[in-house]
Parts: sequence; structure tokens; C-alpha cells
Amino acid sequence: MKSRQAPLIQVTGLTAAYGNEIVLENLNFSVDSGEIFVILGGSGCGKSTLLKHLIGLYRPVAGQVLIDGIDLHEAEGDLRLRLLRTMGIMYQQGALFGSLTLLENLCLPLEELSELPETARRLLATMNLALVGLAEHPHRYPAELSGGMRKRAAIARALVLGPRILFLDEPSAGLDPVTSAEMDRLILRLATNLEMTCVLVSHELPSIFAIADRVIMLDRNSRGIIATGTPEDLRHSNNRTVAQFFSRGASG
Amino acid sequence: MNRHRNQPDGPGATLKVSGEEGDITLTLSGRLDLAGITILWPQVCDLIDRHQPRHLCLAVEDVDYCDGTGVGLLLDCERRTTDGGGTFELRGLREEFARLRSQFDLAQLNRLPKSDPRPNSLPEATGRATVQTWRALWDLVTFTGELSVALLRALRRPRSVRWRDVGLTVEKAGVDGFPIVALLSFLVGLIMAFQAAIPMRQFGTEIYVANLIGLATLRELAPLMTAIILAGRSASAFAAEIGTMKINEELDALTTMGLEPVPFLVVTRVLAALLVTPLLTLFANLFGLLGGSVVLLSLNYPLVTYIRQVQSAVTLGDALGGLVKSLVFGVIIAAVGCLQGLRTETGASAVGHAATRAVVSGIVLIVIGDGVFSVLYYYLGV
Repeated sequence: MKSRQAPLIQVTGLTAAYGNEIVLENLNFSVDSGEIFVILGGSGCGKSTLLKHLIGLYRPVAGQVLIDGIDLHEAEGDLRLRLLRTMGIMYQQGALFGSLTLLENLCLPLEELSELPETARRLLATMNLALVGLAEHPHRYPAELSGGMRKRAAIARALVLGPRILFLDEPSAGLDPVTSAEMDRLILRLATNLEMTCVLVSHELPSIFAIADRVIMLDRNSRGIIATGTPEDLRHSNNRTVAQFFSRGASG
Repeated sequence: MNRHRNQPDGPGATLKVSGEEGDITLTLSGRLDLAGITILWPQVCDLIDRHQPRHLCLAVEDVDYCDGTGVGLLLDCERRTTDGGGTFELRGLREEFARLRSQFDLAQLNRLPKSDPRPNSLPEATGRATVQTWRALWDLVTFTGELSVALLRALRRPRSVRWRDVGLTVEKAGVDGFPIVALLSFLVGLIMAFQAAIPMRQFGTEIYVANLIGLATLRELAPLMTAIILAGRSASAFAAEIGTMKINEELDALTTMGLEPVPFLVVTRVLAALLVTPLLTLFANLFGLLGGSVVLLSLNYPLVTYIRQVQSAVTLGDALGGLVKSLVFGVIIAAVGCLQGLRTETGASAVGHAATRAVVSGIVLIVIGDGVFSVLYYYLGV
């Protein structure tokens, strides 16, 4: 692991709200380079909201998100584009473009954001499809894929511009245990071999124990982080909500 | 060849070429990220393709950073050299980048997929179009059958119809559509009267503009205009609504609950259109005649003369004929909109396609229907 002094993502005093309703209040945490960081929590606690703030889709009411020391929400123009280029995002449903084939889906960002020659674009696209095990189906449309394949394709598209941070919104939600385990292995492989920093939103305990380096747990009532640490730390937490979450998961 | 080439410093990546014909060493340094390779890639490929080296050595000791896109460049160099029958050597790749490199399999990249795998040759396109047309016809026949059965059942048991939904559709298609129908009918009446009045005035027969407006509006223009506006406003809305429901699996949910989509969704809309279209046509008649009256008033005829003239020109049959036509148009509009909604395929553009098809085929069918009515009315003497 490369040792880096400053954390890659630094969140300070982040407050998120929809209208007048505050969803998250005064969040502080940081993500180091190369780690697999999981945002955990029950339904409706603001996990996805937090993720959308981290990738710059939503603007925080207060506080800031620093990526590599640069405030994501204040950056403009080329700087903002450069920051966005360091992030790859897998949306929950994949968000692949339905009218394009997989290959075209991956080629599109390269075509629009770089001046690479056509063969180079196709090579990069195929390379990333192969990485997630979809090289056999470059000409399928997203609608012709299973849920798991669609998520993998979405990861391939997120990787195509060579990001350093990969954000994944519920990568194993809605997948069967076998496919879900495959997804975990893929994320681990990306993190260790591609030196990718992964930020996941998840509530799947088995996959969290399999891959997470560090976890933060959000809670709806306190509108903030109620626990931080490794999955093992959280399992032995004294906090009742955390304990409840983990014991339910273990028994059910 | 014995030359060194130093790239003007782009965003971080440089290329140095050394060696002689057939045995080339390329020294890459700096950052191999998207910005870096964008500059290097065309040069490197050009170099390899031009010289077809027997041996290519890629020296990457000085590469500080390499991501997936950089690995792509390395792989492409290897692919191009070995394809040309040469040997490839990668020198000094750092351990962490080598690990990244090992994630990608060159064998899978040997045959790059073509970017457009489904070229549309003429026979293929013709075949596809034929099959599609056949399917569309088949769907139309099945749908007509289903709709007829469902409508008959609704007539026998009116309480089985969800009248609340009918009311909502009446409001959306009828009440909300009223202003635009009124405005367009008024303007068409006005324009037509004006255009007719100019030549007729030369013969002193401008009073007969009233006959023209009366007959044309009641028999043709009002039903046709209303139907076309409804096709644009409501058929497209029906198709989009039902299409979105289909994509969200709401139609499947209805089916598995034992509720058939046709009686549940289509019948209510067809009934609403049956109520709304004649009503709107009636208003279109009124506003068309009003539009015509403006022209005659401006030619200094009193309103009462205009009204008398219209009364003498048209019969109740003309008005009723127009209304009967509009009933049929209403069924066509609602049915076509719903049919196209039910036929929606998957994908983001599918709902748009369905709405477009609903409007286009709706208008075509309305005009064809109008032609049929003209022949029918001629033989019936209406």
C-alpha cells in the first residue's frame, strides 16, 4: 500500500438537507487512499444522499468535501472536470444508456472526453469489459443483460476513464448470494490490483465483512455517524442501534 | 534511423524514440493517464505501423503513474508489434503497475469487436421492416378484438367500469384541451372565411362565405381539427402513460392480480374519448362559425344576416354527421394511443417512440377514416 499523508477524501462538517428537512448533520470523516470504505445504515438514513454529496451531484447546506485537498463543490471549470475525472461512479441500477450497446456505452465517455483514436477507444473499452468478465458480450444492449451483468458493466464504464476513486451505490443489492460474492471479489480485485479507492454504500452485512477496511454507520434518528471502525469493531459496538443492526443481520 | 524525439511537455507524458530500423526502443516517461496517453497513443501507433519493427522495446522505468488507460497503451503497443510479426519487450515496469497490467488479458483484445456490428443491408432492413409490419398488424387485430370484447362487457355491466378514472381522463383530455381546440377552430374559421371572402367579393357573393364556413366547419373541419388536436395531446399522453407503466412492470402487476390491462386501462380511456370528442367537436363548430362571423362583420354584414345565412345553408344532418364522425375519431385516438403504449419496448427511448407512433398513426387513421365517411355519407345522401 502506498502511504499517503493527507486522506484522499476529507469530509468536514457536512450537513445535507432536502428543503427544510435536514437529513445529515455535521458529518466528519475521511477516506484514505487505497482503502475500501463502506457507508452503512438502514433504509432511509441518508446513505445514498451522502454518496450524492460525495460525488458532487448535490450541494451540501454546510461543510465541505475535499478530494485530494480540493473542495469539490467550489471547484469550477477545468479543475472541476479534473476532479470528476478522478471519480468513477456505479449507480444502483447501473444507469447504462439503454439505446447503446455495452461497447458503445464504454466508448461514449472516451469519445466525448478524450481525443483518442477510434481503435484506442475500442481497445480501452474492451479491456475494461474483459476486466469485469463481459468481453464476450460487447454488442448486447443493457436490457439484454441480467442484473448482475448490468452492475458489472456499470463498473466497467466507471473504470474506463482511469479514475482513482470508485463510488459504488449498493453494488450487491438485489443480487443472489453467489453473484453477490462474485461482486465482492471483483471489488477486492479492483482495490488491491488497480489500487483503486472504493467507497461503497451498502447494507449487506456478508459483503461488508468480506471486503470492508473501514465502515461508518449512519443513523436516521441522530442524522449522523453513530459508529466508525472496522466491521469487527462495529460488531462489538456498545451502541444499541449498531448492535441491533449486526445481530439481526447475523440471525437473519 | 537514429534520432531522438523529445515531446514538448504535454500534460505529463513524454516519448523518446531511439534505435535503428527494425529494432526500436520507445522510452515513455511521466504520467500515463488519460491526458498523457491521448498525446502519446497516435504517435506510438503511427510509429509501430510505419516501421513494423522486428523488435520493440518499451522502456517505462520513468513512468511515475499509470492507470487503466495507460495499461491500454502498453497493451496496444504489444498487440501491434506481435501482429506485425515482431517481438515485444516491456522494460522496467514498476511492480504496482505490473500488478495492474496483469489484470488485463491481451488474448481477449486480439480481435477487437467492430464498433458497428449490426450493419443494415437493404435485404436485412426490408426483412426487418416486413416482420415488424406483420407484427404490428397482428397486434392491431388482437387488440381490436380484445377491446371490442372489453367494451361489450363494459356495456353489459356498466358498474364494472372505473368511472372515476374515466372522469379523470375526461378532465385531462377534454377540459384541459378545450382552450386549444377553441382557439384553433376560431382561427381556422377566420382564416378560411378571409381567404374565401377576397375572391368572392369580386363577384359580390361574399355573403356565401357563410354557407362555406357553415358546411365546411360542421361536416369536415371541426371533427377533423378536434381529432387531430386530441391525437397530438391525448393519444401521445395515453401511449406515454401506459408505456411507462409497462416499463415499470405495472402492467405485469395488473396481470398477475388478475386484472387485464385492456379492460382496466384501455376501456376507461376509450370511454372518456367517446364522451369528450363529440363535446369538443360541438365547441369547435361554435368557435369555427364565430371565426367566420368576424370576417363578415368586418365586411359590414350584420350578425343576424350571417346567422340566417348559415341556418339556411346547413341542415341538422350536417351537424349530426360531423358528430358521428367525431365519435369514431375519438375511439381511434384512444385506441391507437393505448395500443402503442401497450406495445412499448424496453429502453429509455421506447416511450418516446410509442408516443410518436401513437400520434402519427392516429392522425393517419383519422384522415383515412374521414375519407371513408365522405364516401359513406355521399351514398347515404347525408
